[in-house]
Amino acid sequence: MNNLLELYWTFVKIGCVTFGGGYAMLPILERELVEKRGWTTMDDLRDYFSIGQCTPGIIALNVSTFIGEKRGKLPGAIAATTGFLSAPIVIILIIAAFLTNFAELAVVQHAFAGIRVCVCVLIVQAVLRLWKGSVVDPFTLVLYLVIFALNAFGGLLPVKLPAAVLVLLAGAAGIAMSLHKAGKAGGKK
Amino acid sequence: MILLKLMFEFIKTGLFSVGGGLATLPFLYEMSDSTGWFTHADIADMIAVSESTPGAIGINMSTYAGFKTAGVPGGILATLALALPSVIIILIIARFLNKFRDNKLVEGAFYGLRPASIAMITAAGLNVAKVALVNIPAFQQSGSLSDLFIWKALILAVLIFVGQRKLKWSPVLFIAISAAVGVIFKF
Repeated sequence: MNNLLELYWTFVKIGCVTFGGGYAMLPILERELVEKRGWTTMDDLRDYFSIGQCTPGIIALNVSTFIGEKRGKLPGAIAATTGFLSAPIVIILIIAAFLTNFAELAVVQHAFAGIRVCVCVLIVQAVLRLWKGSVVDPFTLVLYLVIFALNAFGGLLPVKLPAAVLVLLAGAAGIAMSLHKAGKAGGKK
Repeated sequence: MILLKLMFEFIKTGLFSVGGGLATLPFLYEMSDSTGWFTHADIADMIAVSESTPGAIGINMSTYAGFKTAGVPGGILATLALALPSVIIILIIARFLNKFRDNKLVEGAFYGLRPASIAMITAAGLNVAKVALVNIPAFQQSGSLSDLFIWKALILAVLIFVGQRKLKWSPVLFIAISAAVGVIFKF
């Protein structure tokens, strides 16, 4: 029971501070789950994010479910996911009930301009930390550059490939390359 | 009855929107047209609110729409409905993943997925940087490079970067400090 409460509460805290979409959550997850509690590893987190990209639903939510499941099976998954949803639900209910024009308030706008700068830096640092385990050879470097270009500048193409398609392509390329390598190694024997 | 309909609509949205929170947008517009629970202007407002509160747009929109149609229970129910399909799917994948972690094909897939994943994280960072660190409209208007960069934002970014490396503070603290700096220096 304690385990479930701790899971729930941890994700309430995470849910309070995830501004700007799923990836902004990564540095906070790293701090709360990897460094402080040792519940998971940074490598696992990255894998959860890539799976979350190509399954339905919001990535941050998928990641919460994953970690909850790992810690406490089905009850754990429910505890983590509802924990993650709690703060946004309460905040939106308050805004919907009492505040109109919340987003237009000058104080809110200034605060969030500041937060966006911080989110930016946090994301850069997450990338730097993940680089070593992800980009390990020329193949993965090329894959990184291609996917980045397609994802960031895909709007310049006639059709912008959705992130889910990019993830599936990258997975297929990974399988093809590792089979090719295994084939070469097998041929030498 | 309205609660059931609300649940059904948001389960559908949760099931079919793949990838980030913005993927829910087309479904929200569709729902707005077919049910009249909220207007297109409400959606635009909610995008703005979502950018300035924690939580993804899909989650926020479901809470908002649920509240507008059926009060607090509606808000909670619609949000849980949105989450339901992805929770079920992830539970299935998690089981599968534990079993097949060492499978050659799964390993190969992750060999490709890892660089792709951080490539998309980089792109997400670039998207945030485009609004946080540079002012493209001002640059297009004046054409001078000094107008392209938002200097006080750049200084803050460098300070946070160095601060994070030197001090082992929680990212949450840096977010709070940045919010305060944003208010004080009118970002």
